[in-house]
Amino acid sequence: MDTSLSWIKAYVPDLECTAQEYTDAMTLSGTKVEGYKEFDKNLDKIVVGKINKIEKHPDADKLIICQVQIDEAGTETQIVTGAPNVKEGDKVPVVLDGGHVASSHKDGENENGFKIKKGKLRGVESFGMMCSIEELGSNTDMYPDAAKDGIYILSDNPEYADAPIGSDAVGLLGLHDVTFEYEVTSNRVDCFGVLGIAREAAATFGKKFVPPVVKETGNQEDVNHYISVEVKAPDLCTRYTARVVKNIKLAPSPEWMQRRLASVGIRPINNIVDITNYVMEEYSQPMHAYDLDCIEDHKIIVRKAENGEKFTTLDGQERELDDSMLMICDGKRAVGLAGIMGGENSMITDHVQTMLFEAATFDGTNIRLSGKKLGMRTDAQAKFEKGLDPNTAMEAMNRACQLVEELGAGEVVGGAIDYYPVKKEPITIPYDAAKINALLGTDISEDDMVAYFEAIDLLPDKEKKIVTVPTWRQDLERMADLAEEVARFYGYDKIPMTLPESSATRGGLSDKLVLENQVRNIVESYGFCEGMTFSFESPKVYDKLNLKQDDVLRKSIVIANPLGEDYSVMRTSALGGMLSSLAVNYNRRNQDVRLYELANVYLPKQIPLTELPDERVQFTLGAYGQVDFYDMKGVIEEVFYRLGLRGKTEYQPDAQKAFLHPGRQAEVVYEGSVVAYIGEVHPAVLKNFGIGERSYVAVVDLAELIAMPKESIKYAGVPKFPSITRDISLTMKKRVLAGDVEAVICKKGGSLVESFELFDVYEGAQIMEGFKSLAYKIVFRAKDRTLTDEEVTNTMDKIIKALEEIEVTLRK
Amino acid sequence: MKEKLSKIMEDAMAQIDESGQLDRLNDIRVAFLGKKGELTSVLKSMKEVAPEDRPKVGQMVNEARSIIEKKIEERRTFFEQKVMEEKIKSETIDVTLPGKRTLLGHRHPNTITLEEVEDIFIGLGYQVVEGPEIEFDYYNFEALNIPANHPAKDEQDTFYITKDILLRTQTSSVQVHEMEKGKLPIRMIAPGRVFRSDEVDATHSPTFHQIEGLVVDKNITFADLKGTLQEFAVRLFGEGTKVKFRPHHFQFTEPSAEMDVSCFKCGGKGCRFCKGSGWVEILGCGMVHPHVLEMSGIDPEEYTGFAFGVGLERIALFKYEIDDMRLMYENDTRFLKQF
Repeated sequence: MDTSLSWIKAYVPDLECTAQEYTDAMTLSGTKVEGYKEFDKNLDKIVVGKINKIEKHPDADKLIICQVQIDEAGTETQIVTGAPNVKEGDKVPVVLDGGHVASSHKDGENENGFKIKKGKLRGVESFGMMCSIEELGSNTDMYPDAAKDGIYILSDNPEYADAPIGSDAVGLLGLHDVTFEYEVTSNRVDCFGVLGIAREAAATFGKKFVPPVVKETGNQEDVNHYISVEVKAPDLCTRYTARVVKNIKLAPSPEWMQRRLASVGIRPINNIVDITNYVMEEYSQPMHAYDLDCIEDHKIIVRKAENGEKFTTLDGQERELDDSMLMICDGKRAVGLAGIMGGENSMITDHVQTMLFEAATFDGTNIRLSGKKLGMRTDAQAKFEKGLDPNTAMEAMNRACQLVEELGAGEVVGGAIDYYPVKKEPITIPYDAAKINALLGTDISEDDMVAYFEAIDLLPDKEKKIVTVPTWRQDLERMADLAEEVARFYGYDKIPMTLPESSATRGGLSDKLVLENQVRNIVESYGFCEGMTFSFESPKVYDKLNLKQDDVLRKSIVIANPLGEDYSVMRTSALGGMLSSLAVNYNRRNQDVRLYELANVYLPKQIPLTELPDERVQFTLGAYGQVDFYDMKGVIEEVFYRLGLRGKTEYQPDAQKAFLHPGRQAEVVYEGSVVAYIGEVHPAVLKNFGIGERSYVAVVDLAELIAMPKESIKYAGVPKFPSITRDISLTMKKRVLAGDVEAVICKKGGSLVESFELFDVYEGAQIMEGFKSLAYKIVFRAKDRTLTDEEVTNTMDKIIKALEEIEVTLRK
Repeated sequence: MKEKLSKIMEDAMAQIDESGQLDRLNDIRVAFLGKKGELTSVLKSMKEVAPEDRPKVGQMVNEARSIIEKKIEERRTFFEQKVMEEKIKSETIDVTLPGKRTLLGHRHPNTITLEEVEDIFIGLGYQVVEGPEIEFDYYNFEALNIPANHPAKDEQDTFYITKDILLRTQTSSVQVHEMEKGKLPIRMIAPGRVFRSDEVDATHSPTFHQIEGLVVDKNITFADLKGTLQEFAVRLFGEGTKVKFRPHHFQFTEPSAEMDVSCFKCGGKGCRFCKGSGWVEILGCGMVHPHVLEMSGIDPEEYTGFAFGVGLERIALFKYEIDDMRLMYENDTRFLKQF
């Protein structure tokens, strides 16, 4: 929504403020000004000049030398120009030496404009410039009387012909003005019109609001002799008003109207079109004009379209309709798409004689949905969508007819058609100053509150403690709404700042969030950086991950209206995102990348969804570079240990993950439940993602860990007795797992084994083909005594004997 | 005898003075004070001394021993000192060589910012809660006073799964879940992911994060809302941060406001971050709409409340001067390691 300052001042004549003051004050009272444009920002020293004499330039065919009179006293200045359209006697805008224009013929528009200095053109002195409309910062769309590609000949327009020479040309053209752009919230339907904003401006600045006085119009005839209206869809058309104008005299509308329309970006066309646009802007009530001679049977019927009905709108497009859409029809055919666009078959042409004005209100939702289905969005539709006040419709209609008479655009026929079966009545809302103050935390007097209400034309009754709300303020329904009106005009900035003083509450994180922070801290100490990826991805990710056709991860939730296939399914695993992130880093040649994400996955309980899916947070790690399987395993072990998950943890080879290297993957089973997996990414999957280095991932189903019992830390005492350390080097077939060896050490060593550490793994020339060697350092200690060598040797013997049973022997 | 002792002393002193290194001192000690040393031999020859002189001679020998010992000790200390000095001298390092750092990982800028916000509100007694990202239409819209076919619903560019299930467009849905629990008073913040059908560009992302805040209690006022959010702004952006509340409209609050904070880059003078205005729009807020309270089973005559919603990325981008939102979801480690 835009308005110019001068248009606002037309209804708030006492308003005096700068553009910035207006912007700040209106924004603080609730009509947010997004920005403004000052038309005269780069215009300076531009006067109305008169060309007294034109001579040819002695050295240039395309240039002429003009003697231009620049004041009433007769002062002349010499200007050389190449413009072809000037003649002696013309009045033109002249920028004097040292003045400014908004754009240059050569360089187009510039933020800071262009300074005009005296100079020589082919040896002849020139002391200024005659201006085109573009140089004045506008264009011929907004100033249709200005020459295209030439100097703006002011004297060609009768309204400017008598302008005094030397007077301010910028003012003459209405360019000492500012246009404000507002962000109007959807609840303030009234502020989509200039009058609504002007009312707010008057209240904000404490000035009088003077809306137009709409007078009775029309001749002695009766509109009912010209037209009848039947509404067959009363649920979708709350009011339909119509009047007729005959003997139409199409002409340009007056300058003041053209200027106001142009100031908000509407191109002036002719008096009738301009009036409909003007009233729409003023009242936020769209109007439509039909050529009455094209209306068959002198009859308007408002009905729903038939499925598949075709209709050509006035932009020449044929549209296919359905039976939810509302049509305006005559006795035989459709003539307009209600609330959206008129029809080609009844549009106003230059030959119009008699015209039907329509101002109606339609169901906003229906208009919005119809527009959406048809892919249309017109200015009128944008206003109807908000749900317009039917009581404004007739006032706007009469205002338009008044302008027709004032502008001499035609003869208004007496009377009006008014289909309005259920009149919308103003509502009353009780107010209670104490309650409003209690809600706001203020101490505003009732008298002040009442004054704020009155300033925006709400009707307070101090006796009954009620406010009557005009129907154009449909956003006001209850006392909280009135409290906002009070707050707005009291000033949000004047409301004090306090902290709630009521009951004490205990703040904190949920167990889940605490756990998330713990794992963040742990893996960050291992060099992993936190990433974030989108929750939706392409279904192609399944194939990239080598998933089997029946893999449960393929069962994902599909978005009905995605942004495109790439974002169309809700992830069931965060791996796709992780591998894509690794690929981004790989492609950018980042080395040694370690990433993690705490990613929600969305597992449907059934498809299509009837209940909400299982949203589970998956702690996902990915890395390439200086990292291998055991680094990842170490991180996972550390995570489990630090979280206090110190129960039985097994790493089972072959986790059956198609996207992992078959010989380098493990499922992590904690106390019998599968809670994580680790592995090297399958070379084929790496290729699919475009990663050229071995990469490793680990995924922990963090949701599963939240509920698991955690061991709390208990101090175990510092050992008082010395330990004895033994190293053993073992050989075994390759297929024997270190885990099996360690199980034996634990079992046979019993409580004497304090700890053990694998310090060497060897395969190669020194040992038999198909065998490997593992070397362990085992630390023995008793809590209550100093161990003897003999005790330790006995225990070692037991361990070695048991190892032999699983074909593990001491390395010779 | 006396002369003999004097001679021994002289010899000892001379040798100690001439000794060039630590090892030599031991030899000297053995030579003079050892079992077979010169002083010992003097004692051994005591029998040759007249019995009445023996105590005196004994005393003289002992004095000589202690003088030599002291001299040796002084010399030893001197040598040790010298050795240490030389060692220290040779050990000078280049302290400008780089330190050895463990390469720790980094949190995402969103998380760092969120933790700051959480700390502030936890300190004010707020619980941090979460709600589902795939949500019923009811919680995302209807229970927030946005009925079916309301234009406000269209404005949010919602992703739908089914007619009734959608990707939440706002964390405000968590308000409803909290209120429905029926446990009052409520002080909560709810951070989380939200989704809107916006194409990816420098300032838009179809996935982003919000932090919702809700307080419901007796006697909660708009002034409390202002005070709380001012406290938040000052704690997050630093002392001297100013706040400005502007009227706005949200379906689920009344009165509603948007809060601007004085630009923390230029301090309010106007710069390219605040587009010259000196203010940065940070959040939307308001008093919980009485109808919203009613729908969740709370009596608006007895209880009032306020709510607010902050865009997490919005704060993080401003705070760290990140000029392109896409960086937040690319996970380039050259980006992540800067936080």
